[in-house]
Amino acid sequence: MSCIQTIQDYALRSVGFGERLLPKSDFTLCEQFTLIGSGMIWNIYFGLMALVTGFFLATAVALGKASANRWLRKPSEWFIFLFRGSPLFIQFFFAYFFFLSLKQSYPLLDTLTSAWLGALIVLFLNTAAYSGEIFYGALRSIPKGDIEAADAYGMTGWSRFRRVIWPTMLRLAWPAYTNEAIFLFHATTLVFFSAFPVWQQRGDALYYAGYFADKTFNPFVPYPILAFYFILLTLVVVWGFGLINKRLNRHLPVAQKSRIKFRVNLAR
Amino acid sequence: MHFLFYLSFFKVLLLLAITAPVALGFGFLGAMAARSHFPPLSLLGKGYIAIVRGVPDIAFFMFFVIALDQAFEWTRHKVLCPEWTDPIRQGNDFVVCQAAKLPLGNSPEWVHETYGFFLAVITFSIVFGAFAANVLFGGMRAVPHAQLETAEAYGLTPRQTFWRILVPQMWVFALPGLSNLWMVLIKATPLLFLLGIEDIVYWARELGGFKNPKFTQYPHGDWRMWYFLALLVFYLGLTRLSEISLERLMRRLSHGQATSGGELLRKETTA
Repeated sequence: MSCIQTIQDYALRSVGFGERLLPKSDFTLCEQFTLIGSGMIWNIYFGLMALVTGFFLATAVALGKASANRWLRKPSEWFIFLFRGSPLFIQFFFAYFFFLSLKQSYPLLDTLTSAWLGALIVLFLNTAAYSGEIFYGALRSIPKGDIEAADAYGMTGWSRFRRVIWPTMLRLAWPAYTNEAIFLFHATTLVFFSAFPVWQQRGDALYYAGYFADKTFNPFVPYPILAFYFILLTLVVVWGFGLINKRLNRHLPVAQKSRIKFRVNLAR
Repeated sequence: MHFLFYLSFFKVLLLLAITAPVALGFGFLGAMAARSHFPPLSLLGKGYIAIVRGVPDIAFFMFFVIALDQAFEWTRHKVLCPEWTDPIRQGNDFVVCQAAKLPLGNSPEWVHETYGFFLAVITFSIVFGAFAANVLFGGMRAVPHAQLETAEAYGLTPRQTFWRILVPQMWVFALPGLSNLWMVLIKATPLLFLLGIEDIVYWARELGGFKNPKFTQYPHGDWRMWYFLALLVFYLGLTRLSEISLERLMRRLSHGQATSGGELLRKETTA
């Protein structure tokens, strides 16, 4: 079987198109590359969706934590502490069994136990908490002069937030937020290794890599392939966030433009 | 059975207690290698840091447990059974002679468990060593360069400069990163479960579940949700406790330092 054939059969295997049966023996390098790459669809889906939805909640939580109102501040603080203080792995387990028991009382909530929604909710809340803390830190280090200048121009409320506070917050938070995005993509590999079941062998990249490693008892081929894909993904994330960073800083003179430093604080 | 569940909490704490210093050691070696002036060595150090950070840690956990096991067995095979001529990789099998098997087929249960735990500790140390290497490397670069130049001017050799000037000063700069790492390490411990250790996650699933016929003596339904809630609370407590004690440590270390933290402390006491 040629490699083109394999790609046609398995490139969309993880979302349920193409050949039903996974290869059973005599795996070629092409099959491993194709299937693990196919699994990456899930990783990208989870990462991207959680990132986009989590961004809004993160902004809200950061504003809540910085708020002077106790009823906004305390829940935000607890939310951040809860999701940052406990392992994501345990959160997945807890959420799965929680959804499972919800399902028993309300059959309508059936879809919550499937990974595409249930795990996404957990990732969404998790990344919202981590990025919320980052944004909160940025919010507190907005230069005082910026806000005073906005006040002097007579800006209040929404327009002050939209035109001064929010862009500055993003600009300050962006390097750390890039790190968070990288870690979020890494964290997506946990989904199918926690409680969420793999339906019809439609798993993510790590699931297929584990499948090959189990069958061949040789970890030295599938895991490096997985590593290759993830390094590629990391580079793409860094590049994409770099573009946005450039746009956020477009008004600054060239010499002041801060290049994102990726050495710092890569562990979240 | 519940006793084993409680015991597994100690397993987690034991893992933390062993892994932290070993990973710090690995990190130190990695940072030293990355700073080296000998290109292959510095490339090795930097590659070690870069690869482990670019790839999900869980992938490393899955990889190293098999890879280390096979590496040990392969070495023992070469040493113990030199007369064996068959290839070790036969298609989908990894075949070594009986004497090279780890742990030996006839050894008792606890040896198997300890060996698995041992593999897990090494794996954790390698992965977190890379993170620590990154932090320590940054800490070493943060030490003001004038300090090193002064040492050179006094005629200290590079080795003396490293051990007497650089290393003692680097810790304050590295501590925030290291405490962050400690938090990450705590939160990575449930991954022990994936390495085949019967840890808290394993027992929470077993004891909470009701399908397993082994546990029919427990007259309750599916309590796994509550068991995992308990684990969640356990971890929250653990991280909160570490946060408080690391805060104290930082206060102590910044005492009398020429950093903004030290300055703040000075103002507090004089005011």
